[in-house]
Order: sequence, then structure tokens, then C-alpha cells
Amino acid sequence: MTTMEFVTSTASMTQPRTAEIPAKPAKIEVRNFNFYYGESKVLHGIDLDIPEKQVTALIGPSGCGKSTFLRSINRMNDIIAGARAEGLIAIGQQDVYAPHVDVVALRRRVGMVFQKSNPFPKSIYENIAYGLRIGGTKDRRVLDETVERSLRRAALWDEVKDRLNASALALSGGQQQRLCIARALAVDPEVLLMDEPASALDPIATQKIEELVYELKNNYTIVIVTHNMQQAARVSDRTAFFMLGKLVEYDDTRTIFMTPRQKLTEDYITGRFG
Amino acid sequence: MTAMPAPATMTSPNRRIGDKVAVGLLGMSVVLIIAILVVILGNVAFHGIGAVTWEFITKPPRDGLMAGGIMPAIVGTAALVILMSIAAVPLGVATAIYLHEYTPAEGLSLAWKRFRVSKGRPGRRRLFFRAMSALLATITRSAVANLAGVPSIVFGLFGLGFFIQFIGRSIDRATQPPGEVLWGQGSLLWAACTLALLTLPTVIVATEEALRTVPQDLREASLALGATQWETIRRVVLPGSLSGIMTGAILGISRGAGEVAPILFTGAAYYLPFLPGDVTDQFMHLGYHVLILSTQSPDVEATKPLLYGTVFVLLALTFLLNLAGVIIRSRTRSRAR
Repeated sequence: MTTMEFVTSTASMTQPRTAEIPAKPAKIEVRNFNFYYGESKVLHGIDLDIPEKQVTALIGPSGCGKSTFLRSINRMNDIIAGARAEGLIAIGQQDVYAPHVDVVALRRRVGMVFQKSNPFPKSIYENIAYGLRIGGTKDRRVLDETVERSLRRAALWDEVKDRLNASALALSGGQQQRLCIARALAVDPEVLLMDEPASALDPIATQKIEELVYELKNNYTIVIVTHNMQQAARVSDRTAFFMLGKLVEYDDTRTIFMTPRQKLTEDYITGRFG
Repeated sequence: MTAMPAPATMTSPNRRIGDKVAVGLLGMSVVLIIAILVVILGNVAFHGIGAVTWEFITKPPRDGLMAGGIMPAIVGTAALVILMSIAAVPLGVATAIYLHEYTPAEGLSLAWKRFRVSKGRPGRRRLFFRAMSALLATITRSAVANLAGVPSIVFGLFGLGFFIQFIGRSIDRATQPPGEVLWGQGSLLWAACTLALLTLPTVIVATEEALRTVPQDLREASLALGATQWETIRRVVLPGSLSGIMTGAILGISRGAGEVAPILFTGAAYYLPFLPGDVTDQFMHLGYHVLILSTQSPDVEATKPLLYGTVFVLLALTFLLNLAGVIIRSRTRSRAR
């Protein structure tokens, strides 16, 4: 059975809570996905469809598994000792956990921005060019163009265009995080994963990141983990609420915040716990 | 002055005295260390600097080591140190990279446990290799630790037995006419190999330490951009740890440069009027020359200035090496910023 057939046949197994068909076709399909660290199971039977070119927010209390789930999508958890995945995550109908999947190629298709900005101790230019250079691009013109385009997309170009050769570590926290976004965009991914990208930033820098996320969804499928309810409400089209390793509810963001079906979801978003 | 009652929160006199005593003792130990250093260096500099003339540095010894210079010993030491570095640094750095970047971080017992409980699950083979890799790392690490504790004279004997008598003689049997000896005797090459063994643990431990200072965040950033593990090491981890690696390498090298015991049987010569022209030649060495001058001289008093001069040159060269280390380190550091 090919991956394609598998995906279409499992699509009919969709459970009631995800029955509402997203407005746009699913970019990432997740079916009965389980994840283990050693002997402890941290994700239990996750099912969800992440629509293309929209923003999907993952919310939930600390330790609920939302970051683990995010890092499962580009297989960053592979580098953690004792981590093990079961079930299906398919991006563009390609099972990312199938044997012989090229993880390096997968990560080029699925960019990632981390909670703590982590620019390389190199110049601004070299940070952005990194992904292209490891891909073998040497043409200076291509590099220049990509650096400019990526920085523009990350709304950072005007602030740094005169000092591209300055160290990236000299930038402010918010600028560093936008630099990391630009760096991820430079390799032209299809999906962008963001792990609490604004949690260490001040309100103004946070607002810039949020505007950016809103802007980027025209071209990219974005999955964002956040601790901040308002942020999820502001930037996302769909919201998934995780708790204790289970997906409690997944729906349009408006529905989740206005008329959640589950009592648990309502309690969480109204701040009764978490 | 009227006596004011001490507030209840005031530090008791005993605690304050204790604090003073601690600072005093710590300070005294610093003064003691500096004093020892000044006495040793001052003594050598005072007696040695007069002996260091142009002739002393540029001419070989003469009159049965009672006069002349130490040029062959300087050149021999330099050649030995360079060869040793070529052997020890790449091997040590490579070993450390493998240990730190490729072997499982969770250690042998956990890796083995994970393999044992994985019965009937996919990916069991991978867990087995992981456990084996952890085993290899454990063996290598304890070998390195034990190597560091071996007395240097034992390295010398090992070098004689292994490099010269085993490897050297084998090469001779294969390549030389019967009875001819080219490789199977003490030489620059075998002395450098022996010294490299002595230096390896220092280089490995220092490099691993330097790799540990590179934040895991940066490795993840690189991997998430679709870099392979080797690309991540080459472009992110190594540049980030270069200054630490260099410092460790130079420390190891400068320690090796002053060692005499490992080269006693493996190539150092008592007296050579010519310079080594090939790796199979014997060589003179500053440290060994100090030993010879102080134990083999027919007239100890007359040799004293030469002895002091030689020690002075040896210390100066070691100091220069360390200085080079500091400069390289600060340069690479400022470039990384």
C-alpha cells in the first residue's frame, strides 16, 4: 500500500471532533500518532489535519506535549536519546516517519524557529546564507538575492541592510528572533514550525513577530506553539488544545475561544487552570 | 563615645575574624606560588642570560660539551615538537569529536538498558549499535584517562619496544637489504610518535571540554536548517570551539616539548655536530642536553654557565609557545564576535 493510498484510506477514519473539514486542503495529516521518551508515553493517539497556508496554534499547559508534537513534525526529536514515534505524520501526503525518509531533506522542507533565538556567532549575512551554503550554493548573486528577500520577508531588512556583515549577536532579542525566522525562510520551506517564538520578547517585539506570522501565512503553512492565549487568538486560524499528551479539542480558533465543546478547553482558555 | 548596643543582626566578631583569616590564608598561598615562580625563573634568568650569546644560539657544542653553543639542540627540539604536533593534534581532535558528537550522550548503562527493553519493537538494531557505540566510548574514555596517568619513562620504553623494535624493524626487514638498519633505530620520527602518545590525552580531554562549550541550541539550529551532522560540526561546532581546542593543543604540546624521559631511548642523541636532515636521523634536544650537561660533564663548575643558558633557552621557548597560544586564542575569539 503506498503512502498515498494509506492517507486517503485513513482520511475516512477521521473522528467526530475533527469532522469539520478545514477550509483549505490539509498540508499535514496526523493519524493516531504516539510518542515515547524511553518508557514514558508523552503523546497519545493524536489525530489532526493542519490546513495549508494557514496558521495553526498549539496551546495547552506546560508539559502537555505540544512542543514534543511540534518537534515530531520535522523529526527534531530524533536527536533525543530514547525518543520513539508510532503512527503517521504526513506532509503533502508523504509519511515523514517512513523508512528511508531523508531526514536532512525533510528538514529543508520544514523550517523551524525555536523558543530561544539561536543565531550562529557569525555575521547577519552568513546566518541567512547558511542554509544555502550547506546546500552547495556558491553563486554570490543568488546568495545576495536570497539574503535580501529573506530579510525582507522577516521584516528585518530595513533595520540591518547597512550592516549585513556585523555580528548577528549584536542585534536585539526581537531582531535576533526575526533573523532566525529569515534564516529558516532562506531555504524556502513549505512548512514553518514555531516553538513559542515570542515568549522571551518584550511586547513590542512580540507584536512584530505576530504581524510577521500573519503576513507569512500567505506563503507558508505555519504551526505555532504558544503559551499566550491572546496570541493564539490573534494570529491563528485553527487552534489545537493539548492536555496530558492528548489532543482535547481542535477547531477553528474562533470556535475554540467563543464556543468550545469541551469543558476542559473552556476552563483552560478562561484561565481556570494552566 | 557612648556605647551603643549592637543590633541583633550585626555580624558576630568570630565570624568576621574567620572571614579575615580565610582571605589571609588564600592570599598567602597566592604569594607563595608567585614567590616560588620568581625564585626559579629569576635564578635561571640571572645565571643564564649571560651565557646566551649569538654564538651560543647558532653554533654546535665543542670541546667535549665544555664550550660552544646549543644550536643542534634548539633545532632538534623544534623539529620534534612540530612532528609531534602533526601526529597528536589531528588524531586527538578527531577522537574527541567522535566521543563528544557521535557517541550516545546517555552513557553505556542507559543505552544498554534501552536496547534490552526494546524487544519486539522496530528500530532494535539501531538501539544495539547505539549501545555498542556507547561501549566503545566508555572504553576509549577510560583508556585516555589511564594513558594520562602512565609515567613518561614508561612511554619511552613502550616507544622503544613498539615503534623501534617492532614497527621499525619490520619496515627494515621489508624494505632494506639484510643487515641494514634505517628505521629500526632511534630517530626523530619514533621520538615524535612516542611524545605524541604522551600528549594525546591532554589534547583529547581539552578538545572534548571545548566542544562541550558550544550550546546545543546552535547544533539544533543547524540541523533544523537541513544540515547533516558533519556539516553542523564543521560549520558550527568546530568554529565555535576552535579557541578552546587550540589552547588545549598548545598546552599539551608545550608539556610534551619539555619531556625528556620518552625520548631517552627513542632518538635523542648525546652529541651530534650536524642537524637532523631526515625523520630517520637522531637529534639533540634541549631537555636531554640539560640532563647530559648536569650529569656527564667532566668539569661541573666549568659547564654551569652553559647549563644555565640551556635551561634559560628551554624556558624561553616554552614561554613563547604558551604566548603564541594565548595570542591565537584571543584572535580567534575576537573573530567569532
